[in-house]
Amino acid sequence: MSSSMVFAVTGVLLFAIGLAGMLIAAHLLRKVLAFNVLGSGLFLVLVGLPQRDGMADPVPQAMVLTGIVVAVAATALALALLRRLHALTGATSLPRDTDA
Amino acid sequence: MPESVAGLVLIPLTWAGLAFALGPGRGGRAALAGLVVQGGLALQLAMAVNDRRSAHVAAGGWDAPLGIELAVDGLSATMLLLTQLIGLSLVIYARAYFGAADPERRYFWPLVGLLIAGLNALFITADLFNAYVTLEIVGLAAVGLVGAGGEAQRVGAALRYLFATLLGSAFYLLGVALMYGAYGTVSFSSLAPLLTAEMSVAVLMAGGLMLAGLMIKSALLPFHGWLPPAHGSASTPVSALLSALVVKAAFYLILRLWLDLFAAQAAPLAWLPALLGACAVLWGSWRAITAVRLKMLVAYSTVAQLGYLFLVFPLLAGAAAMQAVVMQIVAHGLAKAAMFAAAGVLVSASRQDRVAGLQGMAHHLPLTIAAFALAGVTLMGLPPSAGFLAKWLLIQSAFAAGQWGIVAVVLAGGLLAAVYVFRVLRQALMEAPTARPISPVPRTLEWVAFALAGASVLLGFRAGDLLGLLTPGVPG
Repeated sequence: MSSSMVFAVTGVLLFAIGLAGMLIAAHLLRKVLAFNVLGSGLFLVLVGLPQRDGMADPVPQAMVLTGIVVAVAATALALALLRRLHALTGATSLPRDTDA
Repeated sequence: MPESVAGLVLIPLTWAGLAFALGPGRGGRAALAGLVVQGGLALQLAMAVNDRRSAHVAAGGWDAPLGIELAVDGLSATMLLLTQLIGLSLVIYARAYFGAADPERRYFWPLVGLLIAGLNALFITADLFNAYVTLEIVGLAAVGLVGAGGEAQRVGAALRYLFATLLGSAFYLLGVALMYGAYGTVSFSSLAPLLTAEMSVAVLMAGGLMLAGLMIKSALLPFHGWLPPAHGSASTPVSALLSALVVKAAFYLILRLWLDLFAAQAAPLAWLPALLGACAVLWGSWRAITAVRLKMLVAYSTVAQLGYLFLVFPLLAGAAAMQAVVMQIVAHGLAKAAMFAAAGVLVSASRQDRVAGLQGMAHHLPLTIAAFALAGVTLMGLPPSAGFLAKWLLIQSAFAAGQWGIVAVVLAGGLLAAVYVFRVLRQALMEAPTARPISPVPRTLEWVAFALAGASVLLGFRAGDLLGLLTPGVPG
């Protein structure tokens, strides 16, 4: 197995673990952490898969930097919202969908 | 030409930054001024597109493989015009809607600026990765707008929305990573010739992942669960912006990828989005008919109306299908902004948010009820509204393609829309004393709702100009 495939397969596995965490975990903090695991897997695929003659391709590294900024911003927003929810209701998981 | 393209992104960023610097709750006037200029730029761009076919701009003078490529064609020019028009109307609405002490108002202006900058950037982008960045800007700004104000219900809805939108963009970005791994480029113009009929499994997976991610973001059934709580519990100007524009952004990207990149390979799969769209039309309408709260009714109507957009994929071989989908985007954008604006007036005036509590409102707020009814005319698809034209074109292309199922869904959707619109109107027109004393509402709110609703109906008369944008050079 070439090194780019090792990176890609590891990345996809991390993505799958994170995805499962986001869907299954009820605790909001776990969901946020799972999102970060998923994001790391994603970035590993993005950086590791494209290689030119055994050398890493620089363009996706620039993309991943942008992706990391987005992930940090999203994590911060999620943490702010869940702290607010916890302060208001004491809940650590999403409230049941009410309405109709 | 490059100036107006750049201006559409830089101007909203500038007034967003200015509003943030001025402090909480300030910056509405800057937003208004900025949006007037942006509207002019979008109009200028649309006229330029109408004369020549399309325009490419290399940002900063760097060309496609390294730099960020921007492109404007008829579809993007239409989306840009719609965004500035609805943005401008809702900014006028929001200035009158928020009281001086409303907590929702604190960071409204900076977030709206970011949202509009992100939308404009998405509509002019011509590479897969740049599209991801703009999607995230739009998504994060929209989540912030939903959560602003901060009571528990809203924060819960914002979190649910945040997780859905992050999941959607994660799938999309994984698809982009596979595309880059396969071809070493993310620019539309370099990818298009590479994507021939012979595609590797990795590329098909990439297409599937991107489509799935964008379907989550555009709230197609069965991924619609996040939309009604987010749109139903946000403050009214935010609900209107989200329903009219933000969900269309993800749909726009699906359409763009489908047409520009995957046209040949995706055709055999076109029944899948269409089937989900048909289910969305029926299920969304049904939930709107049974909704208890007025804003939830309008939000579920969005789920249904988005379904129509996805019906178009099996018909894209015919020319009328593209016109139908653009007409539906514009008609629904205007009508849904109007309907949320009217619903906001009804909720603040009657000081409650249940459909059952609206009796006698027509007597006190005739203009608002008229706006709601006109927006309803567009959603039902009655002539002469733009919604009628959209559905007419859709039915026409379904006939031409022999897709009888789609004809049936469009007709059934129109009838179901009539049921939920008349449910509200019947209650409002009832000659009965109102449940609680009416609180006064600024007239501006009523007039904005009415103007948007009127535009969604009157557009039916000027449709030729709009549709002419899609086929530049041919007189409309």
